[in-house]
Amino acid sequence: MTQCVECGADLSLHDDLEAGEIVDCTTCGAELEVIDTEPPVLERAPELEEDWGE
Amino acid sequence: MSVHIGILYSRIRRDEKLLLTELRERGHEVTKIDVRKETFDISEASETFADLDLVVDRCLATSRSLYATKFCDAYGVPVVNSNETADICADKVKNSLALEAAGVPTPATKVAFTKESALEAIESFGYPCVLKPVVGSWGRLMAKVDSRSAAEAILEHKATLGHYEHKVFYVQEFVDKPGRDIRVLAVDGEPIAAMARSSEHWLTNAAKGAETAAFDLDEEALDLVQKASDAVGGGLLGVDLMEAGDSYTVHEVNHTVEFKALDDAVDVDVPGAVVDWLEAQADAGTDDHELEVTA
Repeated sequence: MTQCVECGADLSLHDDLEAGEIVDCTTCGAELEVIDTEPPVLERAPELEEDWGE
Repeated sequence: MSVHIGILYSRIRRDEKLLLTELRERGHEVTKIDVRKETFDISEASETFADLDLVVDRCLATSRSLYATKFCDAYGVPVVNSNETADICADKVKNSLALEAAGVPTPATKVAFTKESALEAIESFGYPCVLKPVVGSWGRLMAKVDSRSAAEAILEHKATLGHYEHKVFYVQEFVDKPGRDIRVLAVDGEPIAAMARSSEHWLTNAAKGAETAAFDLDEEALDLVQKASDAVGGGLLGVDLMEAGDSYTVHEVNHTVEFKALDDAVDVDVPGAVVDWLEAQADAGTDDHELEVTA
């Protein structure tokens, strides 16, 4: 079981996890970036930058 | 025919995930290129870029998108969208100039470099009018200016607290749209699908929580989408229109367009249609390369 790096809660991750994807911790609400998928490694996601968008 | 596609990214949004799934299900080889981990050498491409038929720029950060696509050009790797298109679409001033030059109806816009001249521009439009950052997305830092005192405060904040780009004041007439605008996803001007984005707020970006619904484009809108796409150099684009009276005005064209909200709103298989177009681009690039080798 992967744990939230912010609050330590157990995370339920979906099967088609993709490196670079963001998942939300349902316990504390932290945005976590998927760094690796096998096994899942998560880090706190970068803060929003001003030039992000479409 | 299977192709090898590189995806430039720094974050995999649902849009990128839809693309990745579609590409892989069709048997294409996909190389994810996290631009945060890359170094770009001016004289030669890294191994990452070897054997790619096409690179798709899905960078979340505009600055990275502009440089990464420039390097793809230097490495001779076909990239969509092109650096030229990205350069125009990334900047609202260039975007507006391109639309105006192409004769595409676009909101009246003035640019000023000082608070004083910006205030003159604002007063020339009257109230309300709109102040936008020249680089930015998702409706962030947009200001509907309702009075001179609000204008003075916003301009001072931008000049004092902002990045230097905030001292390029982009002032636009306020278009009294009917509570919605229209997003068209198009490939080289050919629409894949369109949706209306509705909100009681003056900003109707999907990222701001606007409600979305499929929208049928009439002949005039189809023509404007084609012209707007051509004006910025074509590619996979999000063309934004507002209904203005019995006509339309095009306020911007987006070059790393998100389409998850559109995919949810319409019956069209949006990622499927995007990948159809990417396959055609990759095939065209491969054909060009073969011709060069033969010659």
